Amino acid sequence: MSSMADTSILARREGPSGRLSDYFWRNPKLLLLLMLTPPLLWLGVIYLGSLFALLLQSFFSIDDFSGLINYEFTLATYRQLLIPSNFDIILRTVSMAAMVTLASAAIAFPIAYYAARYARGKWKVIFYLGVMLPLWSSYLVKIYAWKLILAKEGILTWVFGKLHLMWLLDAWLALPVVGGSSLSISYTGTFIVFIYVWMPFMILPIQAALERVPGNLIEASADLGGNPAQTFRHVLFPLALPGIIAGSIFTFSLTLGDYIIPQIIGSSRLFIGQAVYAQQGTAGNIPLAAAFSVVPIVIMGLYLWMAKRQGAFDAL
Amino acid sequence: MRSDRNASAPLGLKIAAGAGLAFLHLPILLIFLYAFTTEEKSYQFPPPGYTLKWFAVTWNRPDVWEAMGLSVRVAAISTAIALVLGTLCAAAVSRTRFFGRETISLLVILPIALPGIITGIALRSAFSFAEIPFSFWTIVLGHATFCVVVVYNNAVARFRRISGSLIEASMDLGADSFQTFRYIILPNIGTALLAGGMLAFALSFDEVIVTTFTAGQQSTLPIWMLEELVRPRQRPVTNVVAMVVVIVTFLPILGAYYLTRDGDQVAGAGK
Repeated sequence: MSSMADTSILARREGPSGRLSDYFWRNPKLLLLLMLTPPLLWLGVIYLGSLFALLLQSFFSIDDFSGLINYEFTLATYRQLLIPSNFDIILRTVSMAAMVTLASAAIAFPIAYYAARYARGKWKVIFYLGVMLPLWSSYLVKIYAWKLILAKEGILTWVFGKLHLMWLLDAWLALPVVGGSSLSISYTGTFIVFIYVWMPFMILPIQAALERVPGNLIEASADLGGNPAQTFRHVLFPLALPGIIAGSIFTFSLTLGDYIIPQIIGSSRLFIGQAVYAQQGTAGNIPLAAAFSVVPIVIMGLYLWMAKRQGAFDAL
Repeated sequence: MRSDRNASAPLGLKIAAGAGLAFLHLPILLIFLYAFTTEEKSYQFPPPGYTLKWFAVTWNRPDVWEAMGLSVRVAAISTAIALVLGTLCAAAVSRTRFFGRETISLLVILPIALPGIITGIALRSAFSFAEIPFSFWTIVLGHATFCVVVVYNNAVARFRRISGSLIEASMDLGADSFQTFRYIILPNIGTALLAGGMLAFALSFDEVIVTTFTAGQQSTLPIWMLEELVRPRQRPVTNVVAMVVVIVTFLPILGAYYLTRDGDQVAGAGK
């Protein structure tokens, strides 16, 4: 029976490639295995392997006297995260990431809404490329541009001077936490640059969510007497929320792990990324660096779990 | 009746959207202005004068050329590796359903979803554990790992659009699977792969965080820039390099856009 099925339609293929092709056709699992082996070896073994090796190190500790790593299981390194100076770093980073995410959503929403609902034809393309080009342009060049802008002798000071608003800038810089001797070495500067660099990642997911909102829903809300604020509050915002959460995954995670922006534009107080960098580099304390890098992984894990429950992955 | 399509936007929305786009673009334009400034010691605005001489100075700097060359080589090889791995993964995930399929998508996205510093430090400690000395290849290894996702995203989107009946028709007409791949699948996914490759190249060309952990003494162009940012020595040369980098990274983005614009999902939507 089976030999009839084999021969009734087509003759067996000749040649090694023909036989191989037939063999794969009968054994699709083998072909799948062959296709998956190279990427799985690379990502599963090399990448995940190094990731686990790093996580493992966080359960070791460092000997205070010799500076050598003590290869015994301990939670002491994690306890070190809770001492005030280290815990401050975590709090500072998480609150910065939260504020950057909120501000990015506020700036991104009008751009996404206009692009989704009003932009047509040529303008659609302009909006799309207008978001994509800054998103993809060089990370360091973007930071460099802000170094030029925020410098004491730079364009921002010049603009404030021309508008006779120097007193406002000086008053802002005199404030306790957000101020500093110049914008380029203050939290305000760090905050602005974080928004600038990560905000484009917020626009496309929000736009994708808003594209799916039918226009007549908004008209219906207006017909039923809702003013624009009410329409936004009760119709637009709940429907866009999965997109906002999807975008916030990027802005939150990227801010959480960044160490270059606060190093170049910011005060000398550390963020998690800088702490990891300093611990593994100059301090040579790999276990503490590993424990610090577990913090963003855990926070992002929780965040992704909550996002999934909100249905944010459908908007990605 | 779709009257909503003809309505024009409220003024406030227009202003907010326009201001948002201006916020994204003005800082990059400023880079172009500063490439021509005569000021050497500070970031003074407005520039006291304009000159073209820094282009000549930069042109004659061997360290800039070396860094540029290294970046291009790393990006080219990482892109090639990512193209092979990403296409294989996308083909496997889109054609068949199997146990652990979701896990593979997650695994591909992970290197870019986790902060770069974690990928970097994990690879670095793995290298030191295995006693692998830092070299050109350690940089490539790091870059290829996070470039896979870009190729994968583009290829998966395109595979979804190829109808399965095309492949079945090819098989029914007597083509074996290699011929089907050569004459049916490859022409269909070609532009998606080209777009994915361009984006992977741009991503690798610009990468700095993972590179700081996987490069020894060598410096790619972003590492060179980072050193200039931390300790500015040659501000005018940095200005010119920054401008060149902006132009170089814009080209693949525009290219990828034109290659995939007819599709339902355009390349680069998820970096």
